[in-house]
Amino acid sequence: MLPWRPMAERPKIDRARVEHVARLASLSLDAPEVDAMVAELGRILEYVEKLGEVDTDDVPPMTGLSAGTTLRPDEVQPGLSQAEALGQAPRPSSGGFAVPRFLDAPKTGR
Amino acid sequence: MLPSFTVEGLAESVRSGNVTAVEVAEAVIARIDARDPTLHSFLTRAGDALLDQARAVDDKRARGIPLGPLAGVPVALKDALSTRGLRTTCGSNILEHYLPPYDATVVTRLREADALLPGKTNMDEFAMGSSTEHGAFGPARNPWDRARSPGGSSGGSAVAVAARMTPAALGSDTGGSIRQPAALTGIVGLKPTYGRVSRYGLVAFASSLDQIGPFATNVRDAARVLSVIAGHDPRDATSRDEPLRDYAAACGASVRGLKIGVPDEYFSSGLDPEVEASVRDAIGRLVADGCVVKKLALPHTAYAVASYYVIATAEASSNLARFDGVRYGLRVDAARLGEMYGRTRDAGFGAEVKRRILLGTFVLSAGYYDAYYLKAQKVRTLIAKDFDAAFAEVDAIVSPTSPTPAFLLGEKTGDPLAMYLNDVYTLPASLAGIVGLSVPVAATKSGLPVGFQISTPHFREDLALTIGAAVEATSPATGAEPKVG
Repeated sequence: MLPWRPMAERPKIDRARVEHVARLASLSLDAPEVDAMVAELGRILEYVEKLGEVDTDDVPPMTGLSAGTTLRPDEVQPGLSQAEALGQAPRPSSGGFAVPRFLDAPKTGR
Repeated sequence: MLPSFTVEGLAESVRSGNVTAVEVAEAVIARIDARDPTLHSFLTRAGDALLDQARAVDDKRARGIPLGPLAGVPVALKDALSTRGLRTTCGSNILEHYLPPYDATVVTRLREADALLPGKTNMDEFAMGSSTEHGAFGPARNPWDRARSPGGSSGGSAVAVAARMTPAALGSDTGGSIRQPAALTGIVGLKPTYGRVSRYGLVAFASSLDQIGPFATNVRDAARVLSVIAGHDPRDATSRDEPLRDYAAACGASVRGLKIGVPDEYFSSGLDPEVEASVRDAIGRLVADGCVVKKLALPHTAYAVASYYVIATAEASSNLARFDGVRYGLRVDAARLGEMYGRTRDAGFGAEVKRRILLGTFVLSAGYYDAYYLKAQKVRTLIAKDFDAAFAEVDAIVSPTSPTPAFLLGEKTGDPLAMYLNDVYTLPASLAGIVGLSVPVAATKSGLPVGFQISTPHFREDLALTIGAAVEATSPATGAEPKVG
């Protein structure tokens, strides 16, 4: 059997891919940061390909180290007060967290 | 006059009344004032709160109320641990002014044990690093050679203990962040079993790997601190309801007849010859004490770094999504929500954190999950099975903690992969969730400490402490202190 390979070929790490991943991660990188990440991520992923040498057919993925996890009873406990929960917010407003606009106003008369 | 500056020495002296907790607190303040300006182990000091805590201990004693097991004992806290009302930055600009509204469970337990909490220690940003150079507030320095790194990410805690500013400290270990800085600064550092200590209130880096543990100048002191912080916590579903062992007693138990495994893979290329010689000497001393040495193989060791950096970055990319400028921390305003997120995170995170978020986001992204993340978790299973098979044959596995002594500040910052490879001996135990203890065994010719790692099965901290105490009893490094002040 052929050894497992991570990809038919290594995904090319270029500016477009770094910018796409940065968007997924909500990071606004400037141009020099994108250039640096292209080089560094490329090298790290090349190293990670080493995993392809290991035969993992029939090996289950590790899903947790806590076989004996014990959940606490689902009972109401005292938590933070509203004032405490809002105490560290950069822009608290009317008892909540204010954020900038994220929807466009509906166009009238379509 | 202070008695010996150890957990045990100070606890006994405060209990017996030979010294007051206020005198201990004043001594700690004086030591930090004198020593920390050149070492930078503290990011935030407790100020008057430390003296208030000390007065409360002295008052309790005066009124005949029983004292906690760490009464009057200073314990510094890595700045990843939430402290109610005391700034908790996690080494990041994004949390520069963050005041947590609650205490981490370990902090609550230290307070209940009447410990003194002198402050928050320097670290790599979000614990991502092995040198304490990736923090937003400047590096910590190794007290044995100020041009060198103390290791990381819990470097500030290690330095504060190594330079005797505090007899104990807490750190967190995700891939070696307690053991490696302990080794590089010549002190004892313990990563307990995953699930032994509650992670509630620890700022999350990689949730399947993070574990809190103690630093101290000797094994017995580390055991004393572990006894206070260990145990099930209903607030952390991954903490286990496994009975505690008598960790203090374990430090006095005999090692005669214990089987010690020496894995070939940990004595391969890249290992500094002086480190190897010191570790082999320590193994020889264990044999003289009656241990039986067995060679063994941990065949998947070579894949630990690759597996770890996929899994840890994937978990980090998810955990750090919470830093979005809305509920706490830094916010950089913008007209649109998405733009506010991006600008806040770009301004708030440093280069290493961004690198790991991007790597983690990439390995979880559509089309790559199976090839990277799932593959890494399968390899992790094999690494854990290596240890299971080994522990069927031996009681403990011993090795160097780090392949080299302390490296120079700046030596590895330009090469992220070289920095990651430095963790080759500590990552496997993290992936398997087992115990790892580092104990100083020697100094190199140039005077740098060498650490000896003892790995034991899940929930067998007692066994690691037994062997660690035996190593310490015959170690030429025992009692060595760096020149400070």
